[in-house]
Amino acid sequence: MVPSPFRVTRRRPETHDTWTLELEPVAGEHPEIAPGQFTMVYAYGVGEVPVSVSAFPLAQTVRAVGPVTRAICASQPGDVLGIRGPFGSSWPVADASGADIVIVAGGIGLAPLRPVVLHVLEHRREYGSAVLLYGGRTPADLLYRRELQRWRGRLDVDVDVTVDLAPHDWRGKVGLVTRLIPRAHFEPGSTIALVVGPEIMMRVTVLALLDRGVPADRIFISMERNMRCAVAHCGHCQLGPTFVCREGPVYRYDRIAALLGVREL
Amino acid sequence: METIEKLLLEVPVFAGLTPDQLEFVAGCASNARFRDGEMLFREGDQADTFYVIRHGSVALEIFAPPSGAVTIETVEPGEVLGWSWLFPPYRRYFDARAVGLVRATAFDGTCLRDKCEADPALGYELMRRFAQVLIERLQATRLRLLDIYGYARSD
Repeated sequence: MVPSPFRVTRRRPETHDTWTLELEPVAGEHPEIAPGQFTMVYAYGVGEVPVSVSAFPLAQTVRAVGPVTRAICASQPGDVLGIRGPFGSSWPVADASGADIVIVAGGIGLAPLRPVVLHVLEHRREYGSAVLLYGGRTPADLLYRRELQRWRGRLDVDVDVTVDLAPHDWRGKVGLVTRLIPRAHFEPGSTIALVVGPEIMMRVTVLALLDRGVPADRIFISMERNMRCAVAHCGHCQLGPTFVCREGPVYRYDRIAALLGVREL
Repeated sequence: METIEKLLLEVPVFAGLTPDQLEFVAGCASNARFRDGEMLFREGDQADTFYVIRHGSVALEIFAPPSGAVTIETVEPGEVLGWSWLFPPYRRYFDARAVGLVRATAFDGTCLRDKCEADPALGYELMRRFAQVLIERLQATRLRLLDIYGYARSD
């Protein structure tokens, strides 16, 4: 439960309100982290928030939306933050071996999926079709733009990007991310789909994947709730019978579908 | 040689029409080509044509001072551009600009409306299919109205 001190080694702006911090432990080794897991990041004297891991050994992408995340995003190289974790479940990267893999991200949801993208690209032969579909608010709000361009340049992965609204000079797509699903090249029955974004976006994306024929037990989503203790004691992130910090954040869709429709949860 | 009827077979909105109906629809169609940046139509124009995009994409724009022109939607290959031809006052509400070279099939809306009046079975089929496109776009637009990526709960 005690945060370990980690030093910020690099700070990179992603958008007007989002930064990626690279971190290294002040003492000892980096912890073992699986794609999809999160850590609790503590800005000393301000507060602690859950943040997904966006690359290994440790990069975390944070959007400044309140006092704690603003303090974390303002950290400069050399500053020290507290880290607890990693916590939670992970993406079924190994289980997806041999299957087509479809990654659908919305907004900052690309951050927890970035380790999967990097893993798939590094182990490309282990997968069938590899598809990344990414939806953002505007072109200026897209994360990892240089990497996206690099990934798009590869011939062995399909990357498609769309935004909700764009200035006149944008030459990409404008529309909901679900519109990309019917045209994407993958075999639905042998696909593993990984989805992260705002909950509404995940709900409609899952429907589009089901319509396309992807079985519910091959769709995985990452839930966001108010994680505080991260060890399933405080109950802040309780979702029905599960704790998002322990059984989540990554869930197989068919195991959580019924809970998504309950408004009080 | 690729006839328009043959091209229509590959367009989702016309899938399943009988050969007679396809021939009927093809009688109102012609090929169209637009250079990058060329306008297919502008806000306020008479809406007497709709398009099925075969190649390239089309940006639907609106001029919104002080932001300037903003793109609110793009229409991609296989998709339908324009439905104002269906209902009075047959007027365009947005600008449509070619992004890259655009090849499309253009349909004369007046011709098609006349044929639908003369053949209610075809009219019903086409109306049903366009209603489907309208509903899908309306639902997507409603979701985008929520600005789902913009909202964030403060920590």
